[in-house]
Order: sequence, then structure tokens, then C-alpha cells
Amino acid sequence: MSDETPPVEIPSVDITVDGETVAARPGELLIDACERTGTYIPRFCHHSRLEPVGMCRMCLVEVDTGRGPALQPSCMLPCTPGMVVDTESERTRKAQDGVLEFLLVNHPLDCPVCDKGGECPLQDQTMAFGPGESRFVEEKRHFEKPIPVNENVHLDRERCILCDRCTRFAGEVAGDQLIHFMDRGGQTQVNTFPEQPFASYFSGNTVQICPVGALTAAPYRFKARPWDLEEVESTSTLDSVGSRISVQSSRDRVLRFQGVDADAVNWGWLSDKERFVFEAYDHADRLATPMLRGDALGNRAPDGDALVAAPWSEALGVAADALSAAPADRLAVLGGARLTNESQYAWAKLAKGVFGTDHVDAQLGDGLPAEVVLGLPRATIDRACTPGGTIVLLGPDPKEELGALFLRLRHAVVHDGATLVELTPRRTGLSAHAAHSLRVLPGGAADAVSAMFGGGSPAGAAGLSAEALAAAGATIAAAVAEGRPVTVLVGRPSLAEAAGPVVDAALALHDHLPEAAFLSLLRRGNVHGALDMGLAPGLLPGRVTLADASGVSSVWPTVPTDRGHDAIGILEAAAAGEVDVLVLLGADVLADVPDRDLAERALANAGTVVAVDLFGTPTVARADVVLPAAAPTEVDGTFTNLEGRVSVVARKVTAPGTARPDWAIAVELADRLGTDLGFGSVDDVLAELAAVSPIHAGITPEALAASVREGVLVEGRTALARPDRTEVPVNDAYGLRLVADRSMYDVGVLVAHSPSLAGLAPGAVAGFEPSDLSRHGLAEGEVVDLIADRGTVQVAVASDPGVARGTVHLRVNQADVDAGRLIDASAPVTGIRVGRR
Amino acid sequence: MTGAYVPHAAGYVDNGGPKVVSSRFVHEDSYTLERSLATGGYEGLRAALARPPADVHAEVRDATLLGRGGAGFPAGVKWGFCPEGVWPRYLVVNGDESEPGTYKDRLLMERDPHQLIEGCLITCYALGLSQCFLYVRGEMALGQERIAAALNEAYAAGYVGRNVLGTDFSVDVTLHWGAGAYIVGEETALIESLEGNRGMPRLKPPYFPAAIGLYGQPTIVNNVETLANVPWILANGAEAYKRMGSETSPGTRLFAVSGHVKRPGVYEVEQGVTTFRDLFYGDGFCQGIRDGHELKMFIPGGGSAPWFFAEHLDLPLEAKEVGAAGSMLGSGAIVVMDETTDAVKACHRMVRFFARESCGKCSPCREGTSWEEKILARILDGHGRPSDIDLLLDVGDNISPGPYPVASHPDEGLDAVPFPPRQTTICPLGPSSVAPITSTIRRFRHEFEAKITRGDGIPVSAAPSGGEAGS
Ligand SMILES: Cc1cc2nc3c(=O)[nH]c(=O)nc-3n(C[C@H](O)[C@H](O)[C@H](O)COP(=O)(O)O)c2cc1C
Ligand code: SF4
Ligand code: SF4
Ligand code: FES
Repeated sequence: MSDETPPVEIPSVDITVDGETVAARPGELLIDACERTGTYIPRFCHHSRLEPVGMCRMCLVEVDTGRGPALQPSCMLPCTPGMVVDTESERTRKAQDGVLEFLLVNHPLDCPVCDKGGECPLQDQTMAFGPGESRFVEEKRHFEKPIPVNENVHLDRERCILCDRCTRFAGEVAGDQLIHFMDRGGQTQVNTFPEQPFASYFSGNTVQICPVGALTAAPYRFKARPWDLEEVESTSTLDSVGSRISVQSSRDRVLRFQGVDADAVNWGWLSDKERFVFEAYDHADRLATPMLRGDALGNRAPDGDALVAAPWSEALGVAADALSAAPADRLAVLGGARLTNESQYAWAKLAKGVFGTDHVDAQLGDGLPAEVVLGLPRATIDRACTPGGTIVLLGPDPKEELGALFLRLRHAVVHDGATLVELTPRRTGLSAHAAHSLRVLPGGAADAVSAMFGGGSPAGAAGLSAEALAAAGATIAAAVAEGRPVTVLVGRPSLAEAAGPVVDAALALHDHLPEAAFLSLLRRGNVHGALDMGLAPGLLPGRVTLADASGVSSVWPTVPTDRGHDAIGILEAAAAGEVDVLVLLGADVLADVPDRDLAERALANAGTVVAVDLFGTPTVARADVVLPAAAPTEVDGTFTNLEGRVSVVARKVTAPGTARPDWAIAVELADRLGTDLGFGSVDDVLAELAAVSPIHAGITPEALAASVREGVLVEGRTALARPDRTEVPVNDAYGLRLVADRSMYDVGVLVAHSPSLAGLAPGAVAGFEPSDLSRHGLAEGEVVDLIADRGTVQVAVASDPGVARGTVHLRVNQADVDAGRLIDASAPVTGIRVGRR
Repeated sequence: MTGAYVPHAAGYVDNGGPKVVSSRFVHEDSYTLERSLATGGYEGLRAALARPPADVHAEVRDATLLGRGGAGFPAGVKWGFCPEGVWPRYLVVNGDESEPGTYKDRLLMERDPHQLIEGCLITCYALGLSQCFLYVRGEMALGQERIAAALNEAYAAGYVGRNVLGTDFSVDVTLHWGAGAYIVGEETALIESLEGNRGMPRLKPPYFPAAIGLYGQPTIVNNVETLANVPWILANGAEAYKRMGSETSPGTRLFAVSGHVKRPGVYEVEQGVTTFRDLFYGDGFCQGIRDGHELKMFIPGGGSAPWFFAEHLDLPLEAKEVGAAGSMLGSGAIVVMDETTDAVKACHRMVRFFARESCGKCSPCREGTSWEEKILARILDGHGRPSDIDLLLDVGDNISPGPYPVASHPDEGLDAVPFPPRQTTICPLGPSSVAPITSTIRRFRHEFEAKITRGDGIPVSAAPSGGEAGS
């Protein structure tokens, strides 16, 4: 499904710049029109992704609009026909020199010790045009040298030139107006409010856009000088948005990620998690050598309690022996979302084409069936964010899970007139701007959708009035009637609710709104690449099912014929002792599978466990063979984001020890099994992918090089699967249903290994809707037992007006409280009873 | 009372001339509804309500009522700037009066709040507005109190609120007060403040909030005194109004005179008739410079106006002629200084005000005004350098660049306003700081030089002994 727009004739506005006629675009700001046509006007406050404010006055130029020449800020002035601009006149030059001097009078002479030195527009301007000497002999303005405005960002107010970029970003873009201008006159300063830190998931962006060294990021402070940095443009693999980044390193160590402005994706913004996660890749705890089971003395011992280092040849040998001894239907491969497309393809070929097993799943029971994600009409981020469009959120809070996407969505809703309808169990970071923000009980979304469009009673949407649902439905119907695009964001709003009810609701929306397109909110790294490469049961590379093996059959030794288990099925089989070899590709099943008990039993009862990973997670600690993999900053390849957009991942540094790219591990393992996968490089993999998957035919190194920033969108749908409707039990005597979701910061392995992020995990509390709290006679802060069929956890109670009545909210993957202990993967929803202690 | 020098008698002085806005000031209880009604209060409103709104607007336009907030823009013309068909629209009354030496709006608010309210009501009726905001300077507690009490009276008596005086015209007037910042007198900063934001001016264009103002809606902002004139105009007609004053500046104006005169105070003066000399020396007016002293200089129209000297005394108090002589009547604040005044100190005083009150939004004003202030303070401290005089002028030039071709735009009523504006700043506050500097240096350069150099021409700050600091 493509969003083709017919080419539009863009009229132009003729203006005169320094004597030459220049064609500006209608409404284009003078500063942008000049830059586009080769005349750079200096600026500090202007930023193309922020509302213009015209505050620094650096961009003053003499403009005549028929009333005689006047100095005007070119960053505020839309081009109008006949405008005559002089960027070099005596008066322009004097005004700009004057502003530069004003900005310097109070600016400290910190350049030699300032992180910004070398990449500082103020320094560059001064070097280029500034006077050699200062006319300012008075004492400069003094402030306490850098004050932390949050855990990671330091503010040096002496260096600040008050351009309003950081403050505008905080208010306009992130919606966290926690930094502000204070005081006035020469004492004007940016600061936080007393006792209120700049607690924002996006604070690092302010460091990046600060035109001077006033804002610095703790992880980079005093680490390098810009001229010592090497950089390469790459893709953030942290989540499925695939934000474009610049990876910057010095002496073979990554020191910084910066956002790169890809118009179709992240607009230059990054969440702090995307920005600072490089610290984890550089962490001393990274696995650097293969390991096998051994004893406490470091000797190999197949049933030993410890892992001991082993050479690659030995470790691969142990893995290969186990693999060749096992029949195909007793082999399973879990995980792979961390991998590049190429590594995923190599592993798909190894698992399905060499082992011959279809028990392969990159998702870990926390996602959606591949045929639904690939089978629904697909949306791009741009389509979802169309000005005036309509967005239906049927999934998790994008602010917590997909930070850069959240910023795009927020912009669409707050600044571009998009209408948001939310069907979520809990308030999200966008709810304040939603036209209809409806709290839906776990398991109730499909009923809510039917009721929205006039079918049936909203039984499952208890607490929602039929009017509220009908009003939301009418809003969407009106958008459809007016031909405005409707985009459904679909994902798992709660890990304590099975995929089934969400799929039912998504399919119901699809049936009611055939025009609507869907944007998947599956979060984990390159999970969409994994689906495209066939790391899902029943699928082969290129979004085709096993029945359509024509592409791979000529190059793969074998192709499975019967659909295998998904992740939950694999884990259940392993728990039942039916899996001889379980390969884990970066899959920390003990943390990532919602059902903790199932994950434990599976690991305990699986035969040989082979883990390919970056870190020695608790899951890895229980493996028989551990193979160290290279991190995203250490490999070349490509990435597929949630839109299906393929972009380049670039190697910048070398992997620790003998860790190697995942695709190379697959090649060597195949080699041990007597099969040549045929790959000597990532380009070989890409070439084979292009040959076997028609929809990937255009993904060539040349095409990627030609569209390095925006990437290449892969389009094509799998036949839509329609699983049987999930029967949700009526709310039973327990009364409450669990909503378990992720937050931006948790105790996951990457956050835990990023010192800047590790302390930010909020911890777990049980959130009750205030009336539920009183109904159960609970007091805030009281520690209670949450009792599910599966198990019990102890947790403090909090009042949370953002949750649906009849639910309990718990964050997963937080220290101390393990929500996974309550979740039964085979149940559609998780009932909870509260036990007083 | 005559003869005695009363330095801070910042009160109203009745000079026996025609009265448009100060007629009730002589009464003790001038601020009550009772007194107001007994002396013709709300007659203008009744007269207005009896006519179609467009007529009322036309009456004010015909009266050529010039804005009294500083720029002197004709109110009737400004009222016509609202874009067609965009609703709602608002009237905002600028009662933030904080320019040094200005205290005439304060008297209007304290002494005759009903007159102001009546002016607001007529304006709202003329323009079809149903919401008016009265923004009063934060420090003016008595004014706020009296306006609040007057509003309560007026609501109770049916002058404000639903169905004013039984007509189908309904309007609400809301009182709001500032938090002590001079810059919120600038109309777009005032609107920001009213919206709950930090008071910083908005970028122009749009040049008038009439296009996009409060909450993004068309908004008319007028000064307190401007609106206080409106009831009289409606009660007596534009023709009667124009019989007072000069052709281009009809009617009267309030002038707040302070400084070294014998009788400082607020005077209602017929425009174009009275001269500065009459005002300073006339018996009914300020009665001369304090005994034994003579005039050195005066500020004719608020802190941002270029200064005048003895040769300007015979100029009439009228916008056009004062403008032609190179200054302005601005906010009607006249500060008179005698020969004991140190020009450098006086200049520093004024510049310090602007430096402290700069909102900090744009770099030339934020950095430039405090730099000017520091240089002046340094000169006063005896650490001036000969180059400082040129430096002061050049820093000023970088805030308010030198002479520009001034285009007039009578079609927009921009007769007296130099356009394009001479400023590298966002609003005129920054450039205001330059007026005292250029005024005093032009006339009293020797005073600056005397502070900078000793009698022998050597800079005072140059150390008599000890080596030069390294190159
Ligand atoms: C720095 C600055 C301060 C101002 N302060 C005031 C003020 O205190 N009171 C006022 O009425 N106008 C003030 N003005 C003028 C207003 O911006 C505006 O022109 C005026 O309120 C319009 O009313 P008028 O047309 O009735 O004069 C100020 C302007 C500037 C640039
Ligand atoms: S801290 Fe940086 S971005 Fe923020 S206002 Fe100051 S100079 Fe601009
Ligand atoms: S000129 Fe001064 S007061 Fe006006 S906007 Fe700029 S900084 Fe603020
Ligand atoms: S870039 Fe235009 S005013 Fe700052």
C-alpha cells in the first residue's frame, strides 16, 4: 500500500538576494531560502524543527519590501514577491557584528576547557568575523559553574546565549516545560524550577541543539575534542523507530551518539535512552570470549555450575555436536531482534534452511502474530502524522516504548491538527492531547471497537459509556468521510493481556475501516527486520509463508513444510522436555518473556542451550554454550524499522575480544554442520536476500547509498491471518485485571549497563484507580499482596487516576517487584486479587 | 501653597483650563458611583447605546483621539484594524504605567475608575466585544482596589454584565494585575503576561495585536487615558472635542511633571495651546524652577524620549511639533532638571532603569543596555577612558542604528512613527536606553570628559606610577 501523491506544481516567489534573483518557496523563511540558494546567514536561535522566535538577532539583514530598507530578522520573515535583500550591506554587517559582540561581552573565555570548542557556532562566527580585541573591560556576569539540571545534563549559565532553543524544545517538542527563562535584564538565565529537575526522557536533545557549550551531557563531558572524533552515520537499533544517528568515536571507543535529521523518521531527535545507550556497548561486562560450562576452578565440566572461557573452535564444536544430534523438530531458535537484517537472514537460513526447523520466533511472547503485523495495510510514520489526519492508538504508550516516534506523534497532534483517539488501559503521554482518550479493560478492546461503530454493547469496555464510544467512532467516521487518513497504531498495551484480544480489536478496526493503515508498535530493536527475514513461525524471507517457498527453495538446502511453534509454544515444548537444542539469539527469556514461570521451566528442561549474546544475562548464565556477538556499533549491515524502512547500520569500532557479528557466527556454525551458507560478507547476504525476496530486490548497496538518510521503504503484505477470536472470561470474582507494561527505563540489560540510565528506573508500584483504592480499603503506600493464579508479588499501593477502573497497573522489569511472576502466557487476561498483609 | 517647593507632591493640580478627563478629580469621593452619576457619569454610555455601534466608532474616529500610551496612534483608526469575521475579540486596557516619571494613569484609575470603565464599555459596544481585560500595574494597590470596587458597583447597577442598561449588549470586564515588570507595558508583552506567560514582547509583524492578539484573537489594546477620553467624546460629540487642541492633536492631555519645578504634579493641558514654558513657569502650572536655580534640560515625554533644553521651551505641547523638533510627548511624563543636575548621573539613572527592566529576550537589549550601564557606572566611579564616549555611542548605534530613511504611511496612519523602525531589537525598550545617552553626550560632552580626564587631559583612571599592563 503506497501513499503516492501526484507531483504538485510548487509556485515560487521571486526575491532578490545581493543583486541576484532567487526563487523562494511560498511561505519559506528568508533565512532558509537564502541558505538553500547558497547564501548563508549566521544564526543562533533559528532551528528548522522549532518555532521561530527571532531572539538572538544574529540573522538581521537589510530587507526592502517597498518601504525602504530596514534591518529585519531573516529567521522570522517569510519571503514575499519582490523582496530585496542585502546580506552584505554596511548596515547588515554592522548589525551582525554588533550582535556578535553583544553575545560575547558576557561570554566566558572557556573555550579551551569547553566541550563545545571546535564545533561551536559562536566560536566559529567569532573566528570568522569577530574583532580581535574586546571593547568590554568590565566584570563579566557570573553564575555558579555547571549546575546539573538532571542526572545527565549540566547547565553552565555563563556560557548560555539565551537562544531559547533548549526551552523551546522542552515546551514545544517534548512537552516537558521544566526549563525556563528566569530573571530579567543582564541576569536573565535558563534554569529549572526549584525542586523540579528537568525530568524528561528527551533532555539530551537540548545538549545537541545548544549552539554553545552551556548544556553538556555528563557521559561526554571532557571525553574528547571534536577534532579528535571520527563519525559515521548509522541507525539506532535500540528500538524499532530506527532513528538516524551519528556514531562518534575516538581511539576505537564510541563516545557519543547524536541525532541526525531524517525527515521521514526522527527529525534529528533521540530519546535519552537511544542517545546514551552507547555506554552499554562499551561496557567492560561485554562478553568477549566464548564460554562453556565448567567448574569453579575454571575447568570444563559439562554439568558444572559455572561458565568458563573456551576457544571458538571448541564452543562451536559443542554447539554443532548438539545440533547435529537433534532431529529438526526438537530444535528451536528464539530471539534475533537485536540482529541486523543480514544476520537475521543468515540465521533464518541456518535455522529453517539447514536445521530444517520452523520453531523459530524473534518475538518472545510479548508481540503480535507476524501474519497480522505483515498482513494489515501498513502505514508510515509520515502517514500517521499527516496534518489533519486521525490516529487511533491501540497499544502501549509510545512515550514509554518508542521515544522518537512519540515526538513525531506529539508534533502531529499538538502542532499539525491531527486527531487522536486512544483505546488504552491507562493514560499515555499523549492523552492530554487526545480528542477521545478511552480507558479500555484488558481483553475489552474488540468490544469497544464494535461499540464505537454501533455494533453490540461495550461489555468488555466496562466503565465506558456507549456515548463516549460512539462519539469516538463518529470522529473517526467523519475523518474517513472527509477523506482524511486514519492510522491505527497497534501493539501490546499490556503484557498481562495476551496478543489475541489486541489482534481481535485490530481486525475489527480493519473491518470497519478498510481505508485505515496500521503502524506496528512492536518495540524491540530490529523486530520488523526479523519478521521480514523469516524469523517467525510459518514465514520465510520476504513476507511470504512456508507455502510460498519459491524464492528460497533454489538456494536453501531445505525448507520446513509445517508451521512451527511461536515463542510461547517453543517455551512450552522446552518445559515439557521436547526441545533438545534451544538457540537464544540475544534472547534474555528470563527478563523478556512476560511469563516468568514458563521461562524458568523452559530453561530448566531444555537440552543444550546455546546463547549468542552481548552480555552475561541471567539467561546466558544458564546456557551450555555462550557465543559472544558484536554490538550494533561494531557491525555493518542494515536495519528495518516499524514502517518497513531499511537503513544502514555502520560499523565504527571493533568488537571486544573475539566477539563477532551474528551472521558470521551462523556461517561458522553451518560450516561445522557441513553446509556452506555462501556468505563471506554482509553484501553477499544482501545480494541473496534481493534474489530470493522480490520485495527486497531494491535493497542494494547502491540504493542504500543513494538514500542514506531516509532509507528505502520495503512494501508488500503477507496474506492476512485471521486467528480465532479470543474468548475473554467475564471479569470474575477477583474483580481486578492486571495491566503490566514497560517504562522507558527498567532493569533490562542495556539500561543496566548504561551508567547514565541505570539509576533512572522508577521502580514498581501497584497503581489503582482512586475509587478502586477506597473500594478495597487500601491506603497509599501500603504494601499488599497481588495474587494471581500463577503467583504472588508484594508491592506498595499507589493511587493512579490514569488507570482504568477495575485494573491494577504494574511496570514490568523493575527491581524488587517481578510482574512476570503473575502472568500466565496461556491466559488471555490476568486476574488479580488483593491480599492485605 | 504657592511658592513652597514640594519635591514629591505627585498629585493633581487644577489649572483652570478645559477638562475632559480630570473633571471629577476635585471631589473627595470622585471614585464612587454616586459621585460619578451626580456629575454626568455613564451619560456617554447612554448616548452610545442609543446609536448603532458603527456610529459610535465613527464618532471616536472623527474625534482623532490619539493614543496616550506613547506612540500616539489614532484610536479610531486602530479599532478598524480587526480582521473581518474573526471572533471572539478582546479589549485590553493598558494600565501598566511604569515609565520613569509617569503617573497620570494612576490618578485616572484611583480618582475616576468609573470614567475608565465607561470608556471600556463604549469601546466594547462600538466594536461588538463582550470581554474586556483591565491590566493594572502590580504596584498600584489603591488603583486596583478602587477599580475592583467600582466594577462591583457598576455590575450591581447594571452598567456592566448581561444586558447593559436593559439593551441586548452584554459585556464582562475583568481586572488583572501585573507582577512588577515595566516591559509588560509594551502591548504584546502585556498580552503574554495576561495569558500567563513570562512577559516578553512578541515579534512584529503583526504590527498591531488587532490582527493576532490575546489567545491568538484580534485584540485592541489601549491606554487608560485614551479610553478615559471616550465618554466625553460620546457625551459631547467629536466636533466639540476637536474644538479643543490643535488640528492634528485635538483635545487635552494629562502631563505628569516632576523634577526641579516649584509645583510638580499632573496637569490637564489643552494640546497645542500651552507651551513647555507656560507649563514650567505659568502661575496656574508649575510656577517655575525652584528658587535660585535655572533650567538645564528636560525630558519631554517619558524615559524613552530624547531630551530637550532651554531653546525648546516655546514649543507647544503637541505631538507633531515636538516630533519635528526631534523628540516626542510619548507617555506624557515630563522630567525637569536644573543646573545642579549632573548630566552623566542623570543619564546613568535613566539607562540603569532600562538595563534592569530589559526583559532579556533579545541580545542587543539584554547585553547592550547592561553594558551601557556598566560603562556609565565606571565613568561615574572615576574609571572612565577617553574612548568610552565613542564606545557608548557605538554600542547605542548597535541597538538603535543611525539615521534611516523614514517612510511615512498615511494609509496606515503611521504618520509620526518612523518606519521601518530603527532598532536591532524586538521592541523599543532597548532603543529607549539610547536616547538619554545621545541627548546628554551631544549637549554635555564636556561633563563626560571632565569625569574621564583630569584638568591636564590625562585619564583619571591612568595610574600615575607603575608599568603598563602587558600588551
Ligand atoms: C517598553 C514599552 C513600555 C510601554 N509601557 C506602556 C505603559 O506603561 N502604558 C501604556 O499605556 N502603554 C505603554 N506602551 C505602549 C503600548 O505598547 C501601546 O502602544 C499602548 O498601550 C497603546 O495604547 P494607545 O494606542 O491607547 O496609546 C509601552 C511601549 C513600550 C515599547
Ligand atoms: S542553554 Fe544553550 S540552548 Fe539553552 S538558551 Fe542557552 S544557549 Fe540556548
Ligand atoms: S528590546 Fe529589550 S525589552 Fe524589548 S524584547 Fe528585546 S530584550 Fe525585551
Ligand atoms: S537566528 Fe534570527 S534572530 Fe536568531
